[in-house]
Amino acid sequence: MALLSKKDANLILDPLADNNPITIQVLGICSALAITAELKASVVMSISVLFVMGLGNVVISLLRNLIPSKIRIIVQLIVIAALVIIVDQVLKAFAYELSKTLSVFVGLIITNCIIMGRFEAFALGNGPWRSFLDGIGNAFGYGIILIIVGFLRELLGSGTLFGIPVLGDPIAKTGLYAFGYENNGFMIIPPAALIVVGVLIWIQRAQNKSLIEEA
Amino acid sequence: MKQALHNYKEKIKGNKWAPAFNAIHTFLYTPNEVTHKGTHVKAVDDLKRTMNTVILSLVPCLLFGIFNAGYQHYSAVNGFPESFSLFEHFINWENFMLGITTVLPLLIVSYGVGLAVEFVFAVIKGHEVEEGYLVTGMLVPLIVPIDTPLWMLAIAVIFGVVIGKEVFGGTGMNILNPALTIRAFLFFAYPTWMSGDKVWVHDGVNGVTKANSTDAISGETVLGYLAQNRTDEYAYSLSDMFYGFIPGSVGETSTFLILLGGLFLIFAKIGSWRIMLSGVLGALAMGLIFNAVVDFGWIGSYSKFYSLMAFDYWKHLIVGGLAFGIVFMATDPVTAAQTNRGKWIYGFLIGFISVMIRVFNPGYPEGVFLAILLMNVFAPTIDHYVVQANVKRRMKRASLAQANSNFNTQNA
Repeated sequence: MALLSKKDANLILDPLADNNPITIQVLGICSALAITAELKASVVMSISVLFVMGLGNVVISLLRNLIPSKIRIIVQLIVIAALVIIVDQVLKAFAYELSKTLSVFVGLIITNCIIMGRFEAFALGNGPWRSFLDGIGNAFGYGIILIIVGFLRELLGSGTLFGIPVLGDPIAKTGLYAFGYENNGFMIIPPAALIVVGVLIWIQRAQNKSLIEEA
Repeated sequence: MKQALHNYKEKIKGNKWAPAFNAIHTFLYTPNEVTHKGTHVKAVDDLKRTMNTVILSLVPCLLFGIFNAGYQHYSAVNGFPESFSLFEHFINWENFMLGITTVLPLLIVSYGVGLAVEFVFAVIKGHEVEEGYLVTGMLVPLIVPIDTPLWMLAIAVIFGVVIGKEVFGGTGMNILNPALTIRAFLFFAYPTWMSGDKVWVHDGVNGVTKANSTDAISGETVLGYLAQNRTDEYAYSLSDMFYGFIPGSVGETSTFLILLGGLFLIFAKIGSWRIMLSGVLGALAMGLIFNAVVDFGWIGSYSKFYSLMAFDYWKHLIVGGLAFGIVFMATDPVTAAQTNRGKWIYGFLIGFISVMIRVFNPGYPEGVFLAILLMNVFAPTIDHYVVQANVKRRMKRASLAQANSNFNTQNA
């Protein structure tokens, strides 16, 4: 017997490609633009969102019959805020330098529209197990785009991956730099992330024509 | 030969590579298809003719740029000639050889890479290759520093053509001017190659030294001197600036030749005189405002903006890329405003904002390309409001006329 039924498996797999929160639903763009200049920050951000979204979806799903619908947004915000504070404190305790790089953007997970969107669209109407799968599925979909963008931007912009030089030393002119290669300063600035995300959307739609809306 | 090619064309019709073949074919020969039915308007100024006219008007700038490359290089090495004579110091074989070996590769890379991208997209999309790149390919080498590494130019051209044009649907659909997109990309990606005092003279970045000295050669642009408040240090006279014997991007230094090119475009009815004129007026207006600020004593010579603000308002037109931008970039019919009134607003703001960026951002005194890109984005909005205003005015007139005629019929 399969670990997950086909319907449950789709909850995880769909957001990875055909219903990706960033490239298809175009949510959570702000953090995708702001913190993807380095791969490490992208990965940590993805893990943080994975934690908040997986757990948050479960909590909301458990509470779904108790929350009066008039104040549900506030309840959702409290749940997200509580989880984000946990993430923030853990980062400050165990990865202080990184938490400084991510600075305000960990706190801003609260405003990440993907999380609120999944609470509203899914967790309020489904059981905890399925909500959990939906949460981590969407977080993976978010994370995979963040990591692709972070990879390209750090590689082309700084010539490093996870802070480790992979293209040679730009000052001592070794590796690629010996041939006159230079880092692309454009990739460091946020507009480059917008263009990279745009190109990803373009590639995805070129692969799968059914995603293209009618004009 | 010609017939054989036509037979081949018929054979591969509908084939994936047909657009690529057709592009080369129509470039070399007039196709022998003729229309059989209906009435057709026959006009000589098709897209290819328009493009060719613009290219023709750019040739003087290109030739001047070739000689100026050599002149600036040898003057930086050997010192500027005491008494300048055009044929002795400028138009000579030495300058030409140096210029042609530095400028021609830029031109070849620009056209080669750009047309390759166009071909690839034509084959993928299955449409005919468009002529849109012909002018862009000519503009690009003219607006970059002489020693721009060729691989950087190639990457920038790919970026500019793909992101600036093809994603919007190709020639005629682009929001931003592709040539300026290419320059903006270069500027933000490789700033050390696009600004400073080393990049404007050939071999400056390689640390070649002056004759009988250990100082590296350099050539600061006039705006560069002003941005650093070193007003007294540049030795270029007004006529140097006007005729273009100053350091700068390859083909944008000679205001005189740009003026000729601009007049040619106006008489050929291809460039919009409204945009050019209002662009000049906008630059003068902003320059006058800055001069007034200085004259009223609101700003002291300690300010880092002082030199640029005190720079005579009309001199802004003859230094830097302002003239080139207004004449050849702002008038791009695809990205400019389309309505006549819109063109006045669009051009005026380009001149106005260019001078503003020049003065307020000493980091990059050459703000013309940013101003034009900004106004490219706003051009559709300007047109929208011009058209709406027109609609409103005519509605009002129509309802007035209606009311009058009602009134008349009642009284009759």
